[in-house]
Amino acid sequence: MTDLTNLGVKAIRDGVAGGDFTAREVAEAFNANVAAAKDLNAFIVATPEKALEAADAVDAKRAKGEDLGQMGGVPIGMKDLFCTDGVQTTAASHILEGFVPQYESTVSANLWKAGAGMLGKLNLDQFAMGSSNETSYFGNVLSPWKKAGSNAALIPGGSSGGSSTAVAARLAPAATGTDTGGSIRQPAAVTGITGIKPTYGRCSRWGVVAFASSLDQAGPMARDVTDCAIMLEAMAGFDPKDSTSLDMPVPQWEAGLNADLKGKKVGIPREYRMDGTDQAILDSWERGKEWLRDAGAEIVDISLPHTKYALPAYYIIAPAEASSNLARYDGVRYGLRDLPEGAGLQDMYAATRAAGFGDEVKRRILIGTYVLSAGFYDAYYTQAQKIRTLVAQDFEKAWGECDLILAPTTPNAAFPLGGFDGDPLAMYLNDVFAVPASLAGLPAMSVPAMLNGDGLPLGLQIVGKPFDEQGVLNAGLAIEQRSGFDATPEKWW
Amino acid sequence: MTNYRIQGATGEWEVVIGLEVHAQVTSNAKLFSGASTEFGAEPNTQVSLIDAAMPGMLPVPNRECIRQAVRTGMAIEAQINAWSRFDRKNYFYADLPQGYQISQLYHPIVGEGQLLIEADEKAGIPEDKIIGIERIHVEQDAGKLMHDQHPTMSYVDLNRVGIALMEIVSKPDMTSPAEAGAYVRKLRSILRYVGSCDGNMEEGSMRADVNVSVRKVGDSELGTRTETKNVNSVRFVMQVIEYEANRQVDVLESGGTVDQETRLFDVATGTTRTMRSKEDAHDYRYFPDPDLLPLELDDAFLSECRESLPELPDAKRARYEGELGLTPYNARELTAEVETFGRFETLLAATATRIGKPEKDVATQVANWALSVAPGVMKSLGDEADPAHASSGAQASILAMQDKGEISGGQAKEIYEIVLKTGRDPEEIADTEGLKQVSDTGAIEAAIDEILANNQDKVEQYKGGKDKLFGFFVGQTMKAMQGKANPAVVNQLLKDKLG
Repeated sequence: MTDLTNLGVKAIRDGVAGGDFTAREVAEAFNANVAAAKDLNAFIVATPEKALEAADAVDAKRAKGEDLGQMGGVPIGMKDLFCTDGVQTTAASHILEGFVPQYESTVSANLWKAGAGMLGKLNLDQFAMGSSNETSYFGNVLSPWKKAGSNAALIPGGSSGGSSTAVAARLAPAATGTDTGGSIRQPAAVTGITGIKPTYGRCSRWGVVAFASSLDQAGPMARDVTDCAIMLEAMAGFDPKDSTSLDMPVPQWEAGLNADLKGKKVGIPREYRMDGTDQAILDSWERGKEWLRDAGAEIVDISLPHTKYALPAYYIIAPAEASSNLARYDGVRYGLRDLPEGAGLQDMYAATRAAGFGDEVKRRILIGTYVLSAGFYDAYYTQAQKIRTLVAQDFEKAWGECDLILAPTTPNAAFPLGGFDGDPLAMYLNDVFAVPASLAGLPAMSVPAMLNGDGLPLGLQIVGKPFDEQGVLNAGLAIEQRSGFDATPEKWW
Repeated sequence: MTNYRIQGATGEWEVVIGLEVHAQVTSNAKLFSGASTEFGAEPNTQVSLIDAAMPGMLPVPNRECIRQAVRTGMAIEAQINAWSRFDRKNYFYADLPQGYQISQLYHPIVGEGQLLIEADEKAGIPEDKIIGIERIHVEQDAGKLMHDQHPTMSYVDLNRVGIALMEIVSKPDMTSPAEAGAYVRKLRSILRYVGSCDGNMEEGSMRADVNVSVRKVGDSELGTRTETKNVNSVRFVMQVIEYEANRQVDVLESGGTVDQETRLFDVATGTTRTMRSKEDAHDYRYFPDPDLLPLELDDAFLSECRESLPELPDAKRARYEGELGLTPYNARELTAEVETFGRFETLLAATATRIGKPEKDVATQVANWALSVAPGVMKSLGDEADPAHASSGAQASILAMQDKGEISGGQAKEIYEIVLKTGRDPEEIADTEGLKQVSDTGAIEAAIDEILANNQDKVEQYKGGKDKLFGFFVGQTMKAMQGKANPAVVNQLLKDKLG
């Protein structure tokens, strides 16, 4: 029998439905891989019994001839930012260590309803703040990839680094991610997998620990475009419990997949050609254009003039929202409480938050508090919002000239663990290509393009018009069919 | 203009007052969660995941709270903003689980409006006055801390967290405690008419932050103000102003300066004290709440709000005076409270139907009954009265008998006493208890003839021009009839016979 853990979402779903293997066999195979991959530290908590329970339910349904669902029999990893009923949810923080929600996030509930099972809660950057998964209270996640001829540990990207490693290392056929400023696309790119951030509002934020509410958006991370389409379809949908949720029907993205791009115009934004970008990245971009042209698309040059202001604006808006969103972690009602002898309320807040938050989280709370404070609000927050509007207008104008935009996902391949220690601003630059689409709330995807000279994967990013996930997925599919990317990391863990 | 002045050692001072009234919105559910808003439940039993600020929880606006705020705005003739937005006001406190209050700083739902306070000589308001209203915004209430449950710790009850409040901000248009008192009473009345707040100040459904400053009479610059928080009765609002104004005058006259600060009212002593000074003021870091989209109100929603508004106090008072011919005093008294006009209008309709006359022809009679006679009887009976017997049907029946001359005013009171004690039917009481006037001209004529015959001298004097003796004849006749004769009939017959 083939190794079931080499199968993706569609293959597992169809195989279970067709009786080629049982959902339980699949769950057992992935549970075993999870258990054997402790060195990667991709999971904060493994839940093999949850995976088996869901699998057994699917097998029982099949025995009765019932519909198994879009994700029937597919076990997945759940980023530990999604609240899961009865299973510890930490956002990779000390302050939420031991917190067990009594409710299930809408997105995870949708997935379970579609027949998926949970392998465990995936590690991430603390409160989704980071691009390397080095800010988790539960330790770094390691990428399964290594540079050719080097044994140095590499980062799996962030903040969805547990998700990217789990999928790349075959610990899960797919995983949930969340993307605030690139947290799905960047880790997908540096680990050679596929991930899509849908239009803001497609996936409910209810039950997802908030980082920056106006930017946070969940999406799937999987091995290929088809698997992403299937899983996104299961995750998305209007949720009256989220005021910013899109009240629109969920399209049938899987059925709509079509790699023929005749009549489509793909824009190449000249401002994304930045100094310091790796030559290999530029090469992958050139190949991407060729592949899309080959698929029938017309390549056009476009301008997104405010691109260079996007990252600074993001690092004002996101921390501002975070500084307020994270105020609820105060040691009063749940999670960590540090109550020094004789301490009053304010002392308890200070002690709890000092002990409960990591350095990067504290840094962003401080930045956010500063930019919102009296006397600085107009100079920072108001200006940043204006830039956000200008960035969104850049895209709106671009849609007059093209249907999709092609760009690199990241300015470089995976970097070594600790590579940016002491230089957070340099680290922030890793999301320079990802952030504009986040500010504009647009659907954007990363698909693997090629390996660089070091044997490390590089991703290409496709950005679409609002609500046009289908166009994005189709272009991704066209690239996927032409790139021939089938590299996997050599197992060393 | 008011003539409220503080006589200082250096001259006369006037007071400038602005009020921020927090009114709890009448709604079954909270502003952004489905939790119940009922008062008096066990602590922490009406707390949703959203109210407790659990991770990943999101607010969803409750349309009914928004509707009530809009209707309130319409009732004060205010600008309604079809586009408004919620902001977060950030600060840490144990009664605020989210670490921020969702409020509206930059774009409130209701803009400028106004409210009329009526002249009331006795209260020191010589003429009608319009008080400007700056804005109404909607926001979340906070929880309640309990400091008396444990020797070293405070407990927190989150039941109130997230209940919708309207903050109604006046302009600094008031210049005396009396005006401020009248403003709060009038605002309370409007809220209760509209049904957007129960106005129950004891339960904290309505509380005021009182802004007070003083200046020398004739100065155009405003003085530095203080804000006294959470004052929960009309009387206390007036006390705060009285105290603060005098305190500020004392400070200024002794060479000091008034600090812009937040103060607390001490009910026991009737004084105020510093809560926090300007230096300690929070930086609330207001910014638009990214969990919520801007609030956009469409025309259909706005017209439903407008059409659902009842007749409001000023319009009702004008109609009572104009159409029903009531005195200004009666009109004001009857329209002050929802319960009062409700009872009056029901009784008026029942009485008019019973008598078969238009409402305007019986309105004065019903108003006098409702405002003075009926409450008087009820009060004199004390515990003996069962208010359940005070039905509009019974009262209308009494008023109809009186209108037809079947009973006198005194008999009406006596009958009503029995009604309140026993719930018996008024007509049956009048019949069986002998509480009816005699209108039978024969019996009255006989009595008159006898009296006139026995008092020939007085008859001569009357005919000779001593008009005052008419009263004597009436008195004698009523005495002979044991007080049960219809006075109108007696008068008429006497006039006929005396020529």
